[in-house]
Amino acid sequence: MNFAEQLPVLPIITPLVMAPVTLLLPKGRAPWAWATLASWLTFAACVFLLREVSASSAGFISYHLGDWAPPLGIEYRVDLANALVLLLVSGIASLVFPFAYRSVQLEIDERQSSLFYGALLICMTGLLGVTITGDAFNVFVFLEISSLSTYALIAMGARRDRRALTASFNYLVMGTIGATFFVIGIGLLYQATGTLNMADLHDKLAGNHSRVVDAGFAFIVVGMGLKLAMFPMHLWLPNAYTYAPSAVSAFIAATATKVAVYVLIRFLYSIFGFDFSFMGSAFTFVLLPLGLAGMFVASFVAVFQDDVKRMLAYSSVAQIGYMLLGLSFATVEGLTASLVHVFNHALMKGALFMAVACVVLRAGSHSVEAFAGLARRMPFTTWAFILSGLSLIGVPLTVGFISKWYLLQAAFAAGHWYAGFLIVASSLIALLYVGRIVEVMVLREPAEEGKYAIPARDAPLSMLIPMWIMVAANIYFGVNTELTGEIARRAAEALMMVAGGAP
Amino acid sequence: MERLILRVTTKLLFAPIILFALYVQFHGDYGPGGGFQAGVIFAVAFILHAFCYGLDETKKAVPQKALTVAMVIGLLFYVGTGVATMLLGANLLGYDSIDPDSTHHAGQHYGILLVEWGVGMCVASTMMTIFYHFTGREPDINQEDW
Repeated sequence: MNFAEQLPVLPIITPLVMAPVTLLLPKGRAPWAWATLASWLTFAACVFLLREVSASSAGFISYHLGDWAPPLGIEYRVDLANALVLLLVSGIASLVFPFAYRSVQLEIDERQSSLFYGALLICMTGLLGVTITGDAFNVFVFLEISSLSTYALIAMGARRDRRALTASFNYLVMGTIGATFFVIGIGLLYQATGTLNMADLHDKLAGNHSRVVDAGFAFIVVGMGLKLAMFPMHLWLPNAYTYAPSAVSAFIAATATKVAVYVLIRFLYSIFGFDFSFMGSAFTFVLLPLGLAGMFVASFVAVFQDDVKRMLAYSSVAQIGYMLLGLSFATVEGLTASLVHVFNHALMKGALFMAVACVVLRAGSHSVEAFAGLARRMPFTTWAFILSGLSLIGVPLTVGFISKWYLLQAAFAAGHWYAGFLIVASSLIALLYVGRIVEVMVLREPAEEGKYAIPARDAPLSMLIPMWIMVAANIYFGVNTELTGEIARRAAEALMMVAGGAP
Repeated sequence: MERLILRVTTKLLFAPIILFALYVQFHGDYGPGGGFQAGVIFAVAFILHAFCYGLDETKKAVPQKALTVAMVIGLLFYVGTGVATMLLGANLLGYDSIDPDSTHHAGQHYGILLVEWGVGMCVASTMMTIFYHFTGREPDINQEDW
């Protein structure tokens, strides 16, 4: 086996081989250790892959499954855009998996622990598969793999709160509608072109202006819009994130919607391209206004939540608005901003949901009252929350600032100056909802007795260390943008070249 | 003897259903069929058994533990074939590497046979697990559990 040649398939095959084995391990610590090992191996493979892609002269690596040459065979095609998302998903997993142990011990029945980690690994496999593949139908298959395991993972929150069941069922129905729309869209494109390979689809769609392709485009945008919780199709998201087990919230909030945003970018830019007649109007009349509306409406709703997880979930919907805004500018700067924000938002939401998981472990609740006086009882968790909250607002020296800076530059460069002001205005709403929690944590007296009386103990080290690595990443990538900014820009330029827009 | 006709009919049908499942399984390389359909048909034989003799009897014959193991082994059969071809120097699921000297791509036949076997095993055990869980469920959810 030639390691370098097989590298593109390793991020998929490693967790896929290791996931079923977790079911046979004795319950308790073993499945966790095994899953953590799997996530680290996968992360290592993704790091090597990014280095390989970054150095390759063609700008992408192609891997032919079963030695069948594309466009007939399934191709894994890794360029900088998906190498960055792969790195993100596996990186988040390699932090959330070790973090999960204590949280899962509390929230999940021990008899289900091996099933839980197995499902988590399968979910990761699906998300990585969606990202890596260069075949449109393969995207759907992996999307279903990740979604089905996500439904099960969210439903496992039912041990603490039965509402997890309805949240999961709701997500199942909405997610399935989204996936169905998506596969109908792919079916229409297949009918029009006779191919499923993304690069080949792009070539064959050039100059094809039939109704079938138009309908396929609409189905794909709406289907993916549901999956990525584009406002106003976000209604499944708040409940799903709120009632899922804490570790699951941290993982899916940081990865699942980001991968869907990536798929949307891939389809819009790499498959349809600017030659396609609907692109301009889709950007101007759908993605741009919905992105802006999401930024404001979801942020406003977040301010009035009395549950911290639900607040963060609404904030996620708002942040997805920024990503849609970036990609709807249809410029290299806008696309760069969108990709950078995909990466950065995952870091901040990951850290925030991890902090909430620590609070749930000690206080047993994620309502705002449980956060009262937390600064005195759990200083490390509190500061992790505050720092990543600042990052969410977009304070300089954090990743949030970098995202917004790129986005503002893109907005002004694209001539959408009003969007620039709206970005700043919606950041002020973020200040409101984060500030509200910080005020409760720092200034409020801790509850001495009753439901929310927290023992004066911080979270265990097994949770604090991964969480603080995530917080450190929030600051590191906020100072050093070489990795994110530079790779995102090169990825955006490559995407733009394929799409045929002005560079 | 209670429900004599049912019992005898089930006994009569059981073996042919399994045989048909195996036929669909091995015929899948050349025509319609394959591991997924075969797995479902295979599970149907046991579901019929449970309908007639009761879930407890079926669980004695095929315990849930065994199904979990079968599921895992089935999936590992699938991905294991892929990893084996990688170790033999081809890409993932590059079956030609199984029998590289063959003039008529015999490796492709072996490869898909192994993969379909894994799929069949995995689907059959998953189908039965789903059936066990649905039928073994408490009829009503306790009001206080909500």
